[in-house]
Amino acid sequence: MKTTAALPRSPIQRFSNFLYAHPALGLALLLGPPLVWMIGIYLSSLFTMLVQSFFRLDDFTGQIVREFTLSTYAQLFTASNLDIVQRTAGMATAVTLATLLIAFPLAYYMARYASTRAKGFLYLAVTLPLWSSYLVKVYAWKLILAKEGILSWVIGQLHLTAGMDWLLGIPTIGGPSLSISPIGIFLVFVYVWLPYMILPIQAALERVPKSLLEASGDLGAKPAKTFRHVILPLAFPGMVAGSLFTFSLTLGDFIVPSVMGNSSFYIGQAVLSHQGTSGNIPLAAAMTSVPLLIMAIYLILARRLGALDAL
Amino acid sequence: MPSKTVNREERAPLVIVGMALAAVLFLNLPVFIIFVYAFTTDSQTFTFPLPGLTTQWFGIAAGRNDLWEALGLSIRVALLATVLAMLLGTLAAAAVSRSKFFGREAVSFLLVLPLALPGIVTGIALRQTMGVLDIPFSFFTIVVGHATFCMVIVYNNVLARFRRMSWSIMEASADLGANSWQTFRYVLLPSMSTALLAGGMLAFALSFDEVIVTTFTAGQDSTLPIWIFSQLTRPRDRPVTNVVALFVVLIMAIPILLSYRISQRDGETQLNR
Repeated sequence: MKTTAALPRSPIQRFSNFLYAHPALGLALLLGPPLVWMIGIYLSSLFTMLVQSFFRLDDFTGQIVREFTLSTYAQLFTASNLDIVQRTAGMATAVTLATLLIAFPLAYYMARYASTRAKGFLYLAVTLPLWSSYLVKVYAWKLILAKEGILSWVIGQLHLTAGMDWLLGIPTIGGPSLSISPIGIFLVFVYVWLPYMILPIQAALERVPKSLLEASGDLGAKPAKTFRHVILPLAFPGMVAGSLFTFSLTLGDFIVPSVMGNSSFYIGQAVLSHQGTSGNIPLAAAMTSVPLLIMAIYLILARRLGALDAL
Repeated sequence: MPSKTVNREERAPLVIVGMALAAVLFLNLPVFIIFVYAFTTDSQTFTFPLPGLTTQWFGIAAGRNDLWEALGLSIRVALLATVLAMLLGTLAAAAVSRSKFFGREAVSFLLVLPLALPGIVTGIALRQTMGVLDIPFSFFTIVVGHATFCMVIVYNNVLARFRRMSWSIMEASADLGANSWQTFRYVLLPSMSTALLAGGMLAFALSFDEVIVTTFTAGQDSTLPIWIFSQLTRPRDRPVTNVVALFVVLIMAIPILLSYRISQRDGETQLNR
């Protein structure tokens, strides 16, 4: 009996054998399309934007002058633009700290105490809000925080209206109502980014072996000491990974400040108006490089700390 | 006389239980307000308690052509972006999981960038490149932006599956005389299909809801999120917006819950973003 199985018969068969003999070619075929897309479209767009940020807008003609200059970047240091950058970075920091404080106990409970069933339930309770519509979540808060809305009503029923008026009266964070104030922006940001903080912390805590905690206890450490010297350092990469998202998402968001804010701009809104209505494309590009630069530094630090493995 | 008590089954301290419970309630209660306001008779303000209940806004919303057009555009964009993301994300995952090559880490890093960097960066970069190359706004410019950040979702899901699979079944298939196509069709595809499907569902949800990048790539066209955003900044049809919000919550729950079911059945949970 003659066997021909080893000999290439059809073109497909021959091609298969050829690929098997040349793994590098197979790899190139797999990697080619996604790389061409990401480099050809995404990275080259980022590069185009960076190049534009070194051009400038001629104030008289309104045309873009395509010569290398740093004058557009210099404009970032005018008082009003510095104000915008500071306000945005301050908000991102506050939001990151607040989400950390709220996220940690829940993540800790999920990783350490919850039964398998409870863990599944809690996982859904975190991921369903994460995946429900972002705009609808913002809208829900607009309804909740409105002057005539449910929160004011609850506060009124509790006879705490004076307290809220006092809070809204504080100059830099207050406003006419919670739905038009920096406090409102802060609340909504904390709400929409909270799951991004919970999940990586939980993943990090999940990897802490129970035996390690027992060993710490056996060696005489009180629970507080175990928490401080064993759990917290091991959770740290997760916290960094989470803060990467909360910080980045706050920096680049123009939706929440436009919906809940007053006339004080955040970076995203400023970029939108330079790109759109005022047509100052170089300034829009330069301003976008601010969050880009902050996040680049953040990402590099996070990689050093091994936080990206926790994603 | 126990000198040291070893607590195997520790009970959580009440403080932690309380704080965890508060966080869960904080995360889950707000969306329910949408279900309430869709039925309000109040068309001018957001008054609570509701002055009265009605279902008339559902009919009015259903008669709005601009809404149907926005919904149609959103679905078409999400479908095409999802298909592209599934193709490209799977290819990248196959390459990264199969072989070690120089810059393998960089590929993962590159794919996660559009989601890790502020959305406005991707939006402005694409918008300005379109400007430089004189590319007009179109259906396809929206799709390109969406596929770029959806790719990593599929990639993560499929990669997780590939890492658990044993590649020797592919060699076994080849040894038994199957060619590349047959191995792909009858061995690889069935074993990765659920991960691919779960990733695809999430990519669809992500695209269907995206607004920041879309603002820069859509021009005059309105996707559903763009329509909602314009209503949020300049409210003209409050009651209709309430109904749309409710509708969006319900629509998006379908792919998310399906994806969760699929991954849970396979013992994988990849709902992280």
